[in-house]
Amino acid sequence: MSKIIVITSGKGGVGKTTTSAAFATGLALRGNKTVVIDFDVGLRNLDLVMGCERRVVYDFINVINGEANLNQALIKDKRVENLFILPASQTRNKDALTLKGVARILEELKKDFDYIICDSPAGIEHGAIMAMYFADEALIVTNPEVSSVRDSDRIIGMLSSKTRRAMQKMPAIKEHLLITRYEEKRVNKGEMLSIKDVQEILAISLLGVIPESLEILKASNSGIPVILNKETDAGQAYLDIVARFLGEEPPQRKKKGFFSRLFGI
Amino acid sequence: MRIIYYIISLFSSQKSANLAKERLQIIVTQERRKRRYLPLLQQELLEVVRKYASIEEEDIQIHLEKQGNYEVLEMNIALPK
Repeated sequence: MSKIIVITSGKGGVGKTTTSAAFATGLALRGNKTVVIDFDVGLRNLDLVMGCERRVVYDFINVINGEANLNQALIKDKRVENLFILPASQTRNKDALTLKGVARILEELKKDFDYIICDSPAGIEHGAIMAMYFADEALIVTNPEVSSVRDSDRIIGMLSSKTRRAMQKMPAIKEHLLITRYEEKRVNKGEMLSIKDVQEILAISLLGVIPESLEILKASNSGIPVILNKETDAGQAYLDIVARFLGEEPPQRKKKGFFSRLFGI
Repeated sequence: MRIIYYIISLFSSQKSANLAKERLQIIVTQERRKRRYLPLLQQELLEVVRKYASIEEEDIQIHLEKQGNYEVLEMNIALPK
């Protein structure tokens, strides 16, 4: 059974695209046939973060409009087996995403893929709703910061009212909290919301925490998802998140006592 | 000098993270209540009407519309023949 997972947050700049790229790559590394779709029509960027921007010929909207078929638009990742990217259109606007069109493409992808990752645009408008509408599970990317937490709560509300599972009274979307740009040092000084604080406010289960890391910028500079850099804190954190998502319990990382403190609760 | 500032900050005011948590808890609770009130109202109305007539959940429709400074609550209840 294939699963549709939306990466969402409400607020912009919290790490949705970084997470989409890393998470999809991680799932593919573990042998799952995975496709990641950029829903940010008009502002496509997933292709850049994944380093395939020069290989985009057709996009998601072309496929919805029947101007190209899926095989023409899907970009096969050059580094990781089983990984495909469906880029967003750069020229159209978000209205080009129709519910019917999105439904048809997702149905077609379901026949072929184990995981379909939907990289949501920021905001709570049409594009974001299209990205979450058909989801089975959701990763809610949140920074330990007031505006991000509030927007995440808003998105959680939409997941339970504006999606197919909510409207057709099916079992609810499974929600996972992913805290990104976390700085343990500042938390200890009382300058930043802690994991526990964010969890208490949003009241959904925690999938993992990505520490603030200089490696994230380096990764997007070079178009290599950070999860492929296994030496880095952020890369390791994403690997652990993928493992946990797949139902494993990865051993706690000892490095700097950071992860042992994070997950040793 | 830094140490002195640090010591002062320890005693002077509340930690900003605590402040953030308190403010978020208040606003998030308020916003959740607002979001939930329509479905709750619909559910409760359903129960009341059901005391007198047998209707399904789809038979009650509620819409909230903003018109300038006030909100209009429109309610449609379809009763069986």
